[in-house]
Amino acid sequence: MFELFNPRRGERALLAGAPNRWDWILLPLVLAVLAAAAFGAMQMTRPFTVGQVTPISLDPVNLPYYLLRTMLRMFTALACSLLFSFVFAAIASKYRAAEKVMIPLLDILQSVPILGFQAIAIAPFIALFPGNLLGVECAAIFAIFTSQAWNMAFSLFQSMRTVPAELNEASRVFCQSGWQRFWRLELPFAIPGLLWNMMMSMSGGWFFLVAAEAISVAGQDIKLPGIGAYIAVAIEAENGRAIAWAICAMLAGIVLYDQLFFRPLLAWADKFRFEESQGDTAQGSWLLDWGRRSRWIRALTDRFWLKLSGALGWFSLRHDRATDETRSHPLGKYAARVWDVLVPAASLLAVYRLVMFVHSDVGWAEAAHVVVLGLITLGRVMLLIGLASIVWVPIAVWIGLRPQYSQRVQAVAQFLAAFPVNLMFPVVVYMLVTLKLNPNIWLSPLMVFGTQWYILFNVVAGASTIPNELRLAADNLGLKGWLKWKRVYLPAVFPAYVTGAITASGGSWNASIVAEYVTWGKTTLVADGLGSYIKQMTDAGDFHRIALGIGIMCVFVMLLNRFFWRKLYLLAEDRSL
Amino acid sequence: MRENLLMELNGVAKSFRSADGAPRLILDNVNFSLAKGEIVALLGKSGSGKSTLLRIMAGLIASDAGKAMYRGKDICGPALGVAMVFQSFALFPWLTVQQNVELGLEAQGIPPAEREMRADAMLELMGLAGFGGALPRELSGGMRQRVGIARALVTNPDVLLMDEAFSALDVLTGETLRNDILELWDSNKIPTRGILIVSHNIEEAVMMADRIIILSSGPGRIRNEVKIELPRPRTVDSTEVRSLIDDVYGLMTMRPIHEVRSGAVPATPVDYRLPETDVSRIEGILELLAYAPFNGKADLPQLSEEAELSDEELFPTYEALGLLGLAHVDKGDISLTPLGLRYAEAEKTVRQELFGQQLLTHVPLAARIRQQLEQEPTGTSREEPFIELLEEFLKADEAKRVLEVAVEWGRYGEVYEYDFHTGRLKLPDQQEK
Repeated sequence: MFELFNPRRGERALLAGAPNRWDWILLPLVLAVLAAAAFGAMQMTRPFTVGQVTPISLDPVNLPYYLLRTMLRMFTALACSLLFSFVFAAIASKYRAAEKVMIPLLDILQSVPILGFQAIAIAPFIALFPGNLLGVECAAIFAIFTSQAWNMAFSLFQSMRTVPAELNEASRVFCQSGWQRFWRLELPFAIPGLLWNMMMSMSGGWFFLVAAEAISVAGQDIKLPGIGAYIAVAIEAENGRAIAWAICAMLAGIVLYDQLFFRPLLAWADKFRFEESQGDTAQGSWLLDWGRRSRWIRALTDRFWLKLSGALGWFSLRHDRATDETRSHPLGKYAARVWDVLVPAASLLAVYRLVMFVHSDVGWAEAAHVVVLGLITLGRVMLLIGLASIVWVPIAVWIGLRPQYSQRVQAVAQFLAAFPVNLMFPVVVYMLVTLKLNPNIWLSPLMVFGTQWYILFNVVAGASTIPNELRLAADNLGLKGWLKWKRVYLPAVFPAYVTGAITASGGSWNASIVAEYVTWGKTTLVADGLGSYIKQMTDAGDFHRIALGIGIMCVFVMLLNRFFWRKLYLLAEDRSL
Repeated sequence: MRENLLMELNGVAKSFRSADGAPRLILDNVNFSLAKGEIVALLGKSGSGKSTLLRIMAGLIASDAGKAMYRGKDICGPALGVAMVFQSFALFPWLTVQQNVELGLEAQGIPPAEREMRADAMLELMGLAGFGGALPRELSGGMRQRVGIARALVTNPDVLLMDEAFSALDVLTGETLRNDILELWDSNKIPTRGILIVSHNIEEAVMMADRIIILSSGPGRIRNEVKIELPRPRTVDSTEVRSLIDDVYGLMTMRPIHEVRSGAVPATPVDYRLPETDVSRIEGILELLAYAPFNGKADLPQLSEEAELSDEELFPTYEALGLLGLAHVDKGDISLTPLGLRYAEAEKTVRQELFGQQLLTHVPLAARIRQQLEQEPTGTSREEPFIELLEEFLKADEAKRVLEVAVEWGRYGEVYEYDFHTGRLKLPDQQEK
């Protein structure tokens, strides 16, 4: 696979050289991470019976342990997401027939809120490991997985489809097998985008952590030791101090995995940048530098890569394909046509079942009611994205034009995007109750609380790539004030803004479940909307109405994407620099 | 004789589907062979399908009709004995030079030790010893293409296919690399038995090849074949080479026979692939041609040298000049028509007027657009009908390109205008009622 260092060093016997000082510095770090992971993993498989209450203590002494458990869950979910992305993208990009079904499916999955997955998955997972906590643990990991996987899979698929034609041809001319091509060409090409999406996914994982760890589906009330459950308990107990501690622990966690995991990975992945632009300053990482200097670590990684590159030989083409007579079979074409008929037929059947379901199980009045709720939430999402844009676009452009700030702001924005909205509940409830404000209006800002940052950092990135000459030309022509914004800045950041707004809009729909139904101890504030409807139905365990709510949310999100954001996106693409 | 052939194409045809599903012929009835011990160059204007032909031989795309054979066997996919060098180098940017060179060997499952040995030897041969640990992005274009060639040669290919391998390099670097390959070939340091070069550079083809095949465009057919018996190394300035270059220029710019035969200037069809060249280049060449040292008539290779532009960049411009009746191209020479001379001396506004007038007379697509717009009460029309019209004959992207050229020329000649945001064509403002 991708040799980190010169492969020839790998022939040196492991631990042949005496350790240097970098070895001594890294050794405790490596041992600590390994020991912590092993300890956390052991805690996962405790006996457990349904109905048993797992005690969560609000004493901050327990926070490091909870953080460890949460981290373990998030990284397990991330690993699963990665594996899922590999398989998904490999199949979808290889078979056109599969692509026709899988890509729309991904669109739908992306718009299903996390509670929907949880409601379906919790029972089977518990049944899978009877009498053991591992089942619940798996359910939580699965919930986190559902908030991480989709954008990663889509990014990988997208990259694999846009591999430059000549590289693809080179790979084929030199007779690489599909397996080799994936590891040598397609995956390396996709890595920068994939890494970026992995970071976004981690933020997404935090955002829904409370829902994932404090499972309250269908009358169940299970809390797994972790930061999310800690927050949930703190909210129940109206403990503001504990909330503050949770924020600290989360910050520590984000800094830790950023420094120990993403930063080294980003610095290492720098070589996968495809464009030969020198503009982007390479990311540095102290950990990677130390690792490269350490003799033991180097010997270990060399071995590792050497073993991996051995795996490239698997599934190689055994025969010379030049004389292979099995070219596109006429039967293949026939099968494709059958497939083209089958897929619409299946979706027609699904629509029919849906109509029957609404007709017999929930009634049309209920369905109409839910659609109205959907419209209310739609109004909220659009209004707040608009408001957030008015606030953040000018600020983001201002920052983007000043490179000394833009890097730092990007890091802060990423942290803020990870900030679970539940942590804001005490402040919000306090304000709404004391000032007697209308929750229907004043709960709305919570929806974009976590998602507005996508607008911020996309526009910052967009503004920082405005060519300097363009700005000089504008100054030279004497453009000032509003005219300069209208003619230069806003058109220049438009494509970046659209990308950010699409992400923000998708996230806001998901966030509505948390944002429209706010609890703080015994106080519960509810805003009318699709999100609160789904949340209430989940608490009540009414599966028919959960399905109805989620189905309608999917329809709303997909229609909005297709008929609004996609149009805007194409427009932006047409006019990008 | 048969066993002497490496590659053999019999009646090969290929068409691609255009947007509306109608097939469009790219290659038609191509018969071609590559024998052991020869270097063949394929020349043709862009759109003549020469790259498609190369890819059929590489096993990257399948032909629709006819037979393509490598060593007497049908080509159904990339063959082990055929290696290829790419125009854009196609190096994997995340692999070191060494790993890039080993790529083909790795795919064949050759053990690491042998891989390394062979790669080292090849790097040495290509003058890349010591660069094994470098990433491609650290190297200059010339060095990158050396890696590309080393990667192809290390697999000990029978046939080496070169797809415009030198055109992304500057002239000097391209020449050096070309000579290096010829030296390896002539001194039998590489086991390769045949080389096929796709190029648009006439000088390059004449300097390297034993045989030049010229393809006509739309659809690509073999139009001429020129055998070159001069021994290598050849010198560019020798009279034989010069006259050969002139001959090939003449063959390249010649109109297909059936068009010339009819005597009068042949009518250009609506779907004529307008050459991809912009107005400022047309005028630049026109001016260059009009004044000293050329004074209205020039030898094409000389003009190319003076203009500091490659043949590929210039051929479309010549075509445009001929199409608009501003110049005549004949057997490697170009001469301005009286109108062309007047044009060169005219003021900017007069030029635009002349341009518009010539456009309407000689380019039916422009005339059609203008006519259509005049019939519309609003004086505007969507672009789609014209794209659809072109797509009856051309591939979708080609149709779009041709319309783009027609739009640019029309804008310049003030024949019609086009609004990018609305996607509508319209009559120029002053004539709108």
